[in-house]
Amino acid sequence: MQDSSFVQLFPQQASTFAWQVDALFGYLILVSLVFSVPIILALFYFSIRYREREKYAVPKEIHGSMVLETLWSIIPFFVSMSVFVTGAIVYFNQYTPPDDSMEIYVVGKQWMWKLQHSTGQREINELHVPAGRNIKLTMTTEDVLHSFYIPAFRTKADTVPGRYTYVWFNATTPGKYHLFCAEYCGLNHSGMIGTVYVMDPKDFDNWLSGNAGGETPVQVGKDLFENKLGCASCHAGGPQQRGAKLEGLFNTEVHLVGGGTAVADEDYIRNSILNPASQVVEGYQPIMPTFKGQVSEEQLNGLVAYIKSLSPNAAAAPAAPAAKKPDEKAPAGKKADEKEPAAK
Amino acid sequence: METVGAIEAGSYGTAKLNYLNNGSTLKSWLLTKDHKRIAIMYLISVSAFFLMGGLYAAAIRLELLTPASDLFETGTYNKVFTQHGILMVFFFLIPSIPAVLGNFLIPIMIGAKDLALPRINLLSLYIYWIGGAITLWALMQGGVDTGWTFYTPYSTTFSNTYVLAVGVGIFINGFSSILTGVNFLVTIHTMRAPGMTWFRLPLFVWSHYAVSLIFVLGTPVVAITLLLVAIERVAHVGIFDPALGGDPILFQHMFWFYSHPAVYIMVLPGMGIVSELLANFARKRIFGYEFVAFSSIGIAVFGFLVWGHHMFVSGQSMYASLVFSFLTMVVAIPSAIKMFNWTATLYQGSISFDTPMLYGLAFMGLFLIGGFTGLYLGALGLDVHLTDTYFVIGHFHYVMVGGQVIAYLGGLHYWWPKMTGKMYSEFWGRVAAMLIFVGFNLTFFPQLILGYLGMPRRYAAYPPEFQVLNIFSTAGASVLGVGLTMPLFYFLHSLVKGKPAPDNPWLLPGLEWRTSSPPPTENFDTPPVVTWEIYDFGDESGLDLEAAKREAATINA
Repeated sequence: MQDSSFVQLFPQQASTFAWQVDALFGYLILVSLVFSVPIILALFYFSIRYREREKYAVPKEIHGSMVLETLWSIIPFFVSMSVFVTGAIVYFNQYTPPDDSMEIYVVGKQWMWKLQHSTGQREINELHVPAGRNIKLTMTTEDVLHSFYIPAFRTKADTVPGRYTYVWFNATTPGKYHLFCAEYCGLNHSGMIGTVYVMDPKDFDNWLSGNAGGETPVQVGKDLFENKLGCASCHAGGPQQRGAKLEGLFNTEVHLVGGGTAVADEDYIRNSILNPASQVVEGYQPIMPTFKGQVSEEQLNGLVAYIKSLSPNAAAAPAAPAAKKPDEKAPAGKKADEKEPAAK
Repeated sequence: METVGAIEAGSYGTAKLNYLNNGSTLKSWLLTKDHKRIAIMYLISVSAFFLMGGLYAAAIRLELLTPASDLFETGTYNKVFTQHGILMVFFFLIPSIPAVLGNFLIPIMIGAKDLALPRINLLSLYIYWIGGAITLWALMQGGVDTGWTFYTPYSTTFSNTYVLAVGVGIFINGFSSILTGVNFLVTIHTMRAPGMTWFRLPLFVWSHYAVSLIFVLGTPVVAITLLLVAIERVAHVGIFDPALGGDPILFQHMFWFYSHPAVYIMVLPGMGIVSELLANFARKRIFGYEFVAFSSIGIAVFGFLVWGHHMFVSGQSMYASLVFSFLTMVVAIPSAIKMFNWTATLYQGSISFDTPMLYGLAFMGLFLIGGFTGLYLGALGLDVHLTDTYFVIGHFHYVMVGGQVIAYLGGLHYWWPKMTGKMYSEFWGRVAAMLIFVGFNLTFFPQLILGYLGMPRRYAAYPPEFQVLNIFSTAGASVLGVGLTMPLFYFLHSLVKGKPAPDNPWLLPGLEWRTSSPPPTENFDTPPVVTWEIYDFGDESGLDLEAAKREAATINA
């Protein structure tokens, strides 16, 4: 980014779908010109040609024209539909992460971005990613709304407290790019900015090994699960198990007490930890205590990552409800965990 | 017809008793039931709010002259843009055209003595004052920093500013809008003069009918929403804050369910004014009258179904976004129909370029950009990049200022002689109109480019590569500021030194031009009976064209 020219008039294109957004923008500029130029020309022409020549003249009365009204209702309708359809196609590309994405966890907080790679590296207001790989960000926030925005990648999504949202991209060009918070979040909103470093895959691997250390989210989750929070005492399996079986759970459909079903996605797991009584699975008693206030967002990410890692084959998920579809297509098992070292 | 035929262009009405000199005590104003006096009091009030909102705008543009946050602390800047938005949206843009021009003109245009509910009209003014006073009090105590959108959970749990007091002010003010809307609906339905059929109504009245529907159906929702914010803030009942078990996205749904239609509240009356200006200054019946009239109703109805287009990146379901994007594209059609019909109205007209008409033409150019940029934001994939950037700021200022404020100024110039009985300086009127047009574009066009470059809105500090375009914007704002201040001076000057206005300065057929300038308290000396079609500039309308032409000839000679 950081263009050195005097006035920058067009943003850099640095993700695989950036050109699609720009093409849509170009198409809309074309549409605007095709409609506006004739109107402006007509305004000027009529203003000159039909300017007042005699005070209080009585020009011929014209009531209208059904043909014209029909034409200028129908043509804009079809044009706007073309904008709608192309816009929707680009939108689904922007918000449908490919299955083989490398996962990164993002937590927004007044006023910083905290990011963690699935290999454990933590960053604040900086994000290092390899060029040419699909990257999926699973995001939430500790406090108010924020919005994760990288203009050069033409993508953005709000982070919402209490749930997960997602952004994905495939960066094309190594370089430095702005990361902005785009949703007003209070006092230092304009200071909640950062830099995305897109690196050659080899440089990125060097960076990863140079910054090794820290547990991976799965390790954090496993530790919490087995030791710190004692989840395993009920959920570890065995004949006396009082809690639901978690192996193979992720992205499957569960039947809830009181009827109804839910798909066990990231938001479901998160909610089951924080508000267990709100969605008790059939065949179990509502005895699980809430862990609200006892786990941080990062620890929650770890628990979710660990529970996902217990379902290595969950990529073939059942048809998910409409709204969540793109999210649930995501690879479920913590593949990134195994893949990352292999990539070295 | 003969009852209203006596409208020679040269008759001056200021000497006789009119609504302005019919009682001069403070009480005769504060307890008046006359819609015209209430409109004048609204005019003074909204102008004061516009001035305050404008000062905040100047402060914003000064801060953004440099990349660093150096003029204000960021916390102060956050309050400045929040208060700019709140004062402009709730206390200027929404009431301005309906409560000032609509209030003054609707009864006269339909040939009525007053609005159907004159006491309710006065009540709405007092409610507006109370709501405004509470809001101003809150601003003086320390102000509010949530943005005019009050997004939760920031507004309910995190902000340490006067959210509650400002919320109460806006809540109360909402009832003023509701009462005005009810009053207009009842008046238009029941108070039309004999012969004033629905399709003889000026388009200004049609657009106010559409606006009133939104006032009545939409405003209660924002009132409820702000009430829920207050309940959460005070009693910590979990409604919007997930930490309390609420849902922050719910707030956005409720807020935009009102606030998107509110955008149409702001622009529809402007469209009504532009219809009047283009038809009357081209001396042509508006092209496709029915289409222009019903497109207003179409906008009002469809406007209620598109709120989700503010939430394409908020975490709402992608399929909901799909539906909202589709409906947003549909709501663009009635606006397009209006643009085409206005343009066609000029065809074969007899066009004069007095100050009001300059505003009418400026509106056409600016609303083209405002409307089209709305299409950019309604296109899903593009909105992901553009939302919450300066592109949005540019877009809605093109609609709100380029559309609504320009139309409001056009209307104010157009009806000023009627409202005050005085002519303003035509020369200064034209100069101001042109300064405003140039200054406006210089201010807001660079913001569209900044938005595509990715500059987020509500930033007190920004990366240095955005500075040049921000300097352009601030320079434009200075020109715009000068242009917008000028009418204040020449309007006030006209009250003291202005030439008396003729009853019908442009010899136009509308009912408002068939009474004296300024009108008597009862609006008409004899109740009018309408026998002519709308926008009829010929002899059948009862205009004495020959006499006027003779008089014009003697003046020129």
